[in-house]
This record gives sequence, C-alpha cells and structure tokens, in this order.
Amino acid sequence: MMDLDAAFTALGDPTRRAILARLAQGEATVTELAKPFSISQPAISRHLRMLEQAGLIARRVEGAKRPCRLTPGAFEEMDGWLAMMRRAMETNYARLDQLLAARNDAGKGTEV
Amino acid sequence: MSKLTIATDGETHVLITRRFAAPPEEVFRAHTDPEWMQQWLLGPDGWTMPVCISEPWAGGRIRFEWCDGKGGGFYLTGEYVELDPPHRIVHVERMHLPDPTPDNHVETLLEADGDGTMLRMRMTLPDAETRTAMLATGMEHGMEASYARLESTFTGQLK
Repeated sequence: MMDLDAAFTALGDPTRRAILARLAQGEATVTELAKPFSISQPAISRHLRMLEQAGLIARRVEGAKRPCRLTPGAFEEMDGWLAMMRRAMETNYARLDQLLAARNDAGKGTEV
Repeated sequence: MSKLTIATDGETHVLITRRFAAPPEEVFRAHTDPEWMQQWLLGPDGWTMPVCISEPWAGGRIRFEWCDGKGGGFYLTGEYVELDPPHRIVHVERMHLPDPTPDNHVETLLEADGDGTMLRMRMTLPDAETRTAMLATGMEHGMEASYARLESTFTGQLK
C-alpha cells in the first residue's frame, strides 16, 4: 500500500518529478539519474529514498547497483484518490443543492 | 454531467465555478452561516462537522473540524478578510493535517445568473509548489489534477 501523503509530498519537488519523468522511460541507476542534474549523487539518493518510501518507485539489487523503476500502478492509485476527492466536492455541492431546494420549497409554502 | 469546473490559472491560482438554483442571498448564507455549513460542507458520505465556527465579518474567525466517524479527522482554521453580502467573500484558510498548510487566500464571488447564482471561487496559493500540493491533498475543496495532468507535468520536465 502506498503512502498517499508521502506520494503527493514527493511530487511537490521539481527534481523528484524530473526523476519520475526519466523513470517513465524505463529503469535507471543512480548514476544515470544524477547525470542531467547539477546536484550530487547523495542528494539524488535522498530524493530516491523519498520516492521509494512514498511507494512511487521500487529498487532491485543487481550486483553493486540498485536500479530504480516506477512502481506499477502507483499513479493509478493516486488518480483514484484524486477522483475520490473531486467526488467529495461534488457531493458537498449536491448536498447544498438539496438544502437550497428544501428552503425554496419551505419559502413557497409560507407564502401561500 | 458535472456542473463543477476546476482549473488552474497562472502559477498559483485555482479557479472553481459552480451554478446553484437559488439567489445569491441564499448561497451567500450557505457559505457563511454555521448552521447551514454543517449540513453540506462535509466531504465524503459518513463525515460530519461537529465544530463549525464562522464569524462572517472582517477579521472574524473560521474553524471547521471534520470527523470520519471512525476516530479520524482534521481541521481547518482561517479568518475572514472582507465581506460584501451577498456577492463577495474574501477569506484566508489553512488545513491542519496536523501541521498547518500554507495560507490559501480565497475570493468567492456570487453573481445572479437568471433565477440562480453563479459561484466563482479564486484561490491564491503562495507559490506553485504549494498549489501542486494543495491540488493533490485538498480535502475540502477537491482538485482538478488528473493522470493526464501528472503526465503533462512529467513531459514538461523532460523538455
């Protein structure tokens, strides 16, 4: 189960988004991921740890290397959650519609 | 078809529109009177708002506490900045999860639209990162973000 708070926090940083964009192309090692950035490999490793803890990426051991890849389904799960929150807002407004309609009916009642 | 629209504007704004079949006076009251708010501003089914403080005057307090009925919940605090009943509400809010999120400045405009009201809400976040985080975690206001949007963010980063 992914940690949605951690996932969204992880997505709030441009370097981590760029790392995810690179991983969307396929598996990559820390060295490969560090290449486009002007930051150190340990800094990249820290970003990778956050992404891993958030459940967005997974790492496997291959000799001395630990290549990273996107976790299958991670974004689908976030998308599902986002859709749920949008529905929550729509639920609120649908409730307000009913409340306003009920008041309207009551108002008409007293006028008659 | 959903009547709700949510869109981003510039780096730090979020725009929301929704039409209601009631005059601005009623919609204004629904957005400022605690007794009304506790009946609809609840999020997913099963949630309640046991605490609702709304002091609709400049400098007045806002505090909403939500419960999921299973021991979970969170709260929001804020202040009213300016009110022009029944057409305009300006307030600041932050969620406590439990750490406070950066201030969200919200302007709510209510215009008569035929026999109803068009609500236009403009949120202003301190910076683009905060907006991204809010779109992603906004419990109360929901968000527009979608898989397609995430993908376009990624594509943008690759260029």
